[in-house]
Amino acid sequence: MGVISNGTTLLDAGALDSGVATGKMTLISTITADNSASTITFASNIDSTYDEYQFHCSNIHMSTNDSYLLVNFRDGGTAYDAVKTTTFFKSENNPSDNQGAFSYPTGDDLVQSTAVQRVSVPIGHDNDECSGGILHMYAPIANTKVTHFHSTFATQDMSDFCVNVQVAGYCNTTAAITGVQFSASSGNFQNGVIKMYGIGG
Amino acid sequence: MAIISDGTTIADAGAFSVNLGSMVHIKSITAAPGGGSDVANMTFIHGTSSVVFNNTYPIYIVKLINVMSSSGQNFQLNVTTDGSNFNVVGTNSTFGFEHSEDDGTARSFYAVGYDSENDPDHYIFNHNKGGLRDASDAGASGEIIFFNPSNTTFQKHYIARINSMSEYPGSTDNFTSGIFHTSSAITGFRINSINSNNMHGKIKLYGLADS
Repeated sequence: MGVISNGTTLLDAGALDSGVATGKMTLISTITADNSASTITFASNIDSTYDEYQFHCSNIHMSTNDSYLLVNFRDGGTAYDAVKTTTFFKSENNPSDNQGAFSYPTGDDLVQSTAVQRVSVPIGHDNDECSGGILHMYAPIANTKVTHFHSTFATQDMSDFCVNVQVAGYCNTTAAITGVQFSASSGNFQNGVIKMYGIGG
Repeated sequence: MAIISDGTTIADAGAFSVNLGSMVHIKSITAAPGGGSDVANMTFIHGTSSVVFNNTYPIYIVKLINVMSSSGQNFQLNVTTDGSNFNVVGTNSTFGFEHSEDDGTARSFYAVGYDSENDPDHYIFNHNKGGLRDASDAGASGEIIFFNPSNTTFQKHYIARINSMSEYPGSTDNFTSGIFHTSSAITGFRINSINSNNMHGKIKLYGLADS
């Protein structure tokens, strides 16, 4: 039985009518840190369902001072070790407004490497210091193309600088990317939430 | 008749009253790589082929998924106010970051020569090294955001961030932000490879609702 309101079909055959506009940003999963692990892993539900996946990271706070937020990708098997070429750029300022700067630190990018990619600078460890940002990943399915990603993160570092980090690159493989793993360069994820969304349509 | 559950109106007057999400998919255009299916451009014009690009949404988001030209040329963005002439002039700034796979180049740059001054053709990628890598696994993915394109008082702003495999080969993070100098409503946009080369990939248009 359909549900018709004012002449417009809203529901029918067990689903919303196709004419009803719905949002296409779908929350897939949420992982909340509890200081028990140095990694946060999204090992499922990354497939051909969506053309883009977004990872929204909030209040990332590590158990040790000076720890980077890192990311890596799984392109087969169980290891998070996809080969990547990336760029890394940061701009920063301190509360005294006397050390504003921007730079491309070549030690923070990757070239054809399976290593983890930094997406933040070292995160400060005062109780209110943390990092937050968004990672976008496009078309991770197996096809003829590499898989591109880019991220923007804001971090308060151990010297109280506010640092904007822009990372981008590609997993240099045409194999499917089936998992994404965030990790701490030292210590555990003491606090923080990471949400994975799919962008449909 | 309204649909009311536990005192909450779920739907009334032919529409849902509850929020069903604000990022609404409008239209996708896809051209598969190879097989002669490349197209000259991908164009979205309000009122054509189910495209909505007017005051229905204050913000429009365009997703580019593995967009590639037939032999690695750069891509441009043009907009129209009349649905047929993509000649609205604008000014933009272009910068980016690049890293070659041989580690020979790793730098930030302001892309002189790829920026626009009162020009209808706005490069959105690549901003460096001659264009895209001409290889089957190459392409670019990212997004363009238009702010209030139907406004009839202000000029029209957009921002874009698109990552690509550049000619080196290497990774290039292309940033573009610009203004189209018109107070008329923009009614459509076109993305195409320069020098009349064909393209493939997927481009998806979304509207971001404000209510």
